Amino acid sequence: MTFAALANAISTALVPLLLLLIPLAGLLRKVRVYDAFVEGAKEGFNVAVRIIPFLVAMLVAIGMFRASGAMALLARAVEPATRLVGMPAEALPAALLRPLSGSGTLALVSEVMRTNGPDSFVGRLVSTIYGSTETTFYVLAVYFGAVGIRGTRHAVAAGLLGDLAGIAAALLVCRLLF
Amino acid sequence: MLNAVWIGLIVIAVVVGAATGRLDAVTKAAFDSSRGAVELAIGLVGVMALWLGVMKIAEEAGIVRVLARLLRPVARRLFPDVPADHPALAAIVLNVSASWLGLGNAATPLGLKAMEELQKLNPAKDTASNAMVTFLALNTSSITLVPATIIAVRVTLGSANPTEIVAPTILASACATVVAVGAAKLLERLPVFRVAAPPTPHPETADEGRP
Repeated sequence: MTFAALANAISTALVPLLLLLIPLAGLLRKVRVYDAFVEGAKEGFNVAVRIIPFLVAMLVAIGMFRASGAMALLARAVEPATRLVGMPAEALPAALLRPLSGSGTLALVSEVMRTNGPDSFVGRLVSTIYGSTETTFYVLAVYFGAVGIRGTRHAVAAGLLGDLAGIAAALLVCRLLF
Repeated sequence: MLNAVWIGLIVIAVVVGAATGRLDAVTKAAFDSSRGAVELAIGLVGVMALWLGVMKIAEEAGIVRVLARLLRPVARRLFPDVPADHPALAAIVLNVSASWLGLGNAATPLGLKAMEELQKLNPAKDTASNAMVTFLALNTSSITLVPATIIAVRVTLGSANPTEIVAPTILASACATVVAVGAAKLLERLPVFRVAAPPTPHPETADEGRP
């Protein structure tokens, strides 16, 4: 249980420490901390507004899918397979969507937490899955596209293996901690 | 790919809804979900603003540059094809530092700069080099010290302890990074992934700048 205690201490202390130390470091480096903060904070509104169309598109499709009873059918169909590795069926769609779409996964993860509660096991698991990797296909498309690379060689394989490892590790760590 | 997933969800929802007589529930869900999506996004504004404000201070205080200096020895070992004093290495290290701090907006331009520099070293201009794939493996699995977005969502949905997922997230993304970079390093040797014209080694990296 010391591992869990340590992890919890880190989770609890990291944010207040960063909120204290970063402005202090800024002060030492003679940054006008208040002005810099306000300038950065303006971006917060833009980021939140920018994801609205993605959230609406995915949440509507997912909401319709759930309401029709199709999600329950799908969950029942895949449950035997996911139960083998201890993955709750509700978390599976988020795991499958993670490499494809960051905003889509965020919508799914929000929906899972709204339905099951953010502090349920599955709520914590999907939160961890969301943060465990980046959106592989988006990163590859943007970065390779920018320099005109068409032969991507082993980039997709390496990225997807990383995603798989991240999701497996998220499941394992959440089982150990929560 | 996402187009197929999206239309697939809607088609299945309408077909299954019609078959089970729940079309009215499907209609209600469409309107409720669209309203919920906007409420969720607006709920994110406060926490995102807080975090991006603090990160702007970090950027101006030069914290990103300090992290970059610390990571330099590791970067040299991961990218043996890149000369030690090449600007590509600096851009890579700055990009990775920025993404660790959750500075997505700063990380992307730095990452694109790194790709341009790597492209200058790339002998086959339309095919990814080993260094590029290793770099993107780092990016697709990127470690984030504070997953600000998901914390904001958890706050919005009334979590009693929104930051309890920070340590699990760091551990899981560290695993993802190790596996992705390891896979990039191993797979680059497979004949299937070999570049048609073998790249000429850079003589200056052969004996110089190794830690």
